[in-house]
Amino acid sequence: MYKILKKEMLTPTICRMEVEAPRLAAAALPGQFLIVRADEKGERIPLTISDFDAKRGTVTIVTQQIGASSADIIAFEPGEAFADVVGPLGLPSEFVEMDPEQLGRMRYIFIAGGVGTAPVYPQAKWLHERGVAVDVIIGAKTKDLLIYKEEMAAVCDNLFICTDDGSEGFHGMVTALLEKLVADGRSYTQAVAIGPMIMMKFTTLTAKKLGLPITVSLNTLMVDGTGMCGACRVSVGGKTRFACVEGPEFDGYLVDFDEAMRRQGQYKAEEAEANEKHVCKIGRGK
Amino acid sequence: MANRIPRVPVREQDPKVRATNFEEVCYGYNKEEAMLEASRCLNCRNPRCISACPVGLQIPRFIAEVVAGNIAGAAAVIAEDSSLPAVCGRVCPQETQCEGSCVLGVKGEPVAIGKLERFVADYSRELEKPAAEKAEKKGKKVAVIGSGPAGLACASDLAKWGYDVTIFEALHKAGGVLEYGIPEFRLPKEKVLRHEIDAVRELGVKIETNVIVGRTITIDSLMDQEGFEAVFIGTGAGLPKFMNIPGENLCGVFSANEFLTRNNLMKAWREDYLTPIHAGKKVCVVGGGNVAMDAARTALRLGAEVHIVYRRTEAELPARREEVHHAKEEGIIFDLLTNPVEVIGDEKGWVKALKCIRMELGEPDESGRRSPVPIAGSEFEIPTETVIMALGTSPNPLISKTTKGLETTRRGCLVADEAGATTRPGVFAGGDAVTGAATVILAMGAGRTAAKAIDAYLKQK
Repeated sequence: MYKILKKEMLTPTICRMEVEAPRLAAAALPGQFLIVRADEKGERIPLTISDFDAKRGTVTIVTQQIGASSADIIAFEPGEAFADVVGPLGLPSEFVEMDPEQLGRMRYIFIAGGVGTAPVYPQAKWLHERGVAVDVIIGAKTKDLLIYKEEMAAVCDNLFICTDDGSEGFHGMVTALLEKLVADGRSYTQAVAIGPMIMMKFTTLTAKKLGLPITVSLNTLMVDGTGMCGACRVSVGGKTRFACVEGPEFDGYLVDFDEAMRRQGQYKAEEAEANEKHVCKIGRGK
Repeated sequence: MANRIPRVPVREQDPKVRATNFEEVCYGYNKEEAMLEASRCLNCRNPRCISACPVGLQIPRFIAEVVAGNIAGAAAVIAEDSSLPAVCGRVCPQETQCEGSCVLGVKGEPVAIGKLERFVADYSRELEKPAAEKAEKKGKKVAVIGSGPAGLACASDLAKWGYDVTIFEALHKAGGVLEYGIPEFRLPKEKVLRHEIDAVRELGVKIETNVIVGRTITIDSLMDQEGFEAVFIGTGAGLPKFMNIPGENLCGVFSANEFLTRNNLMKAWREDYLTPIHAGKKVCVVGGGNVAMDAARTALRLGAEVHIVYRRTEAELPARREEVHHAKEEGIIFDLLTNPVEVIGDEKGWVKALKCIRMELGEPDESGRRSPVPIAGSEFEIPTETVIMALGTSPNPLISKTTKGLETTRRGCLVADEAGATTRPGVFAGGDAVTGAATVILAMGAGRTAAKAIDAYLKQK
């Protein structure tokens, strides 16, 4: 179980893997996530599902190397297997349950930041397959960090690229590009932003200015992912919600991003210590 | 004739030493001590201890085997009714169950039934075991959801009767609350728990981990597509409660569930495991139950000064007396008649203090306990780095929300009759998922009751 069938480095630090998980693949829907535990001593790491194939019994995950645990996941090679993969977790995107007539009237703009581009893919694909209007913005710091360009172009009506340094596409942040698109006369009924917390915060502010409803997907801390630990608590509209079972997607207007960002960094001190001590397990012979 | 000696004391790790490690607190009896303690049993004609045990363990019979020095025989007697004796011997509230109804307890100390059960289980673990006799296969599949005490007890009985049983567990390790909730120093995981779960597997029970019923699969898919003819829900009460006071989402405020899961299931206390945990120099644990004691004693072992903050007095603490006693011995400070009103943070969003109000006991409430009343104007602050909320748990709604025909109470507990039948035919439930948070042994009892009902249901079908 949980064997890695394919592995591909999309950038020097972002890795795509196709992993065997038949039950999960059969149940997954856009918007949901999963948890991987690389080996016996590993953390349970929540990751987005960037594709699923019920027939092959596989899910595709995209991991960015940030700390010790993500480095361990990336160190796995095809033929090896993770200790655990569990999911799908969280609620599917709202549109999955939407009445087809209402869905037909929707015009979506997805705003994808960095590694957050991966989970946008199954959402855009799901909508595009059903004939719903979908545009996508992919933003990254620089050209080399852009991922999923070709894949995304195949599942949306218009793909827009932007980089902070102007090395590819629009020169500027996703927020500036979103404003430009609307100024150019494009109109949307719903925005969806997935990316770093800070990017979702500012995209939400821009969307608010434009009067555009926005959904955000929160990548909070988690342990079990089933509502048991409460590490994922977020304030949404002044109420405490559990991102793992009531999310991960929420109405961006209502999310307390500043609190969410603080909570996300809760174990920074402990993680820094772990990274210092960490011995990479590449070529684990066990 | 029973031996009229005082209760044989049990050896424990020195409090000062154990406050710095995660080794088990209680060493348990050796054979000599166990045989001596067993000789105190009067072997009553009408043994009240059996009816006080939720699984109906044949207590005088197993104790008689211990007296005779036949430990394997004692283990066989216990195995008739319990698949988790090493667990129950350690975590059951014997003082209110078997030992609480022991005749010897009327004038003196009851027989140490829990410690004897534990001895038999620990001792016989090392003995060669006769292969369990396999019942004739019935060719019927039963799904058990959750591998905690209720699920394990239900699955064991059904497997013994020849059913093809699969347990589905949401986490990566089997055991439920025994694995993620109860700390190593009360219930060693590898030595004790793994062994008892392996014994359940040896009965033929399959355990599939990483399957979340309600997400990965549903009860409908199990029954309609996978051929399971009956389902037992033993999913426990896993959702943590919070106080809904200001500041509860500050960094450094954790549910006891999170704190304990990081330490127990994820082994954060061990250097070689990657999952982080944060205790800091000073910790306040809010609550007075067994989970509060477990969280407090865990934080202590991680190096913190630990305060239990509880709104009533010591007499009302819901935790087992033994746990309170151990906590005190280890140096946990009890701030009683104290209730938090706000968590105060610093400029970076981290906890800096817990603002509390002093309480006094007023009139008895519905539960008969005198209810605490705040003393106006008595607010004060306890400086602290970490706050752990141990206020109880409620059942997880994942299954009830994704299964048609399953009714729940206002509190989110599954509706089930005395035999464990839910409002949906073929679906049974027991343990904390039905009653709300209770004890390991009550959950096991409910699992066994439901197993009988499932057997009757499938025979009729």
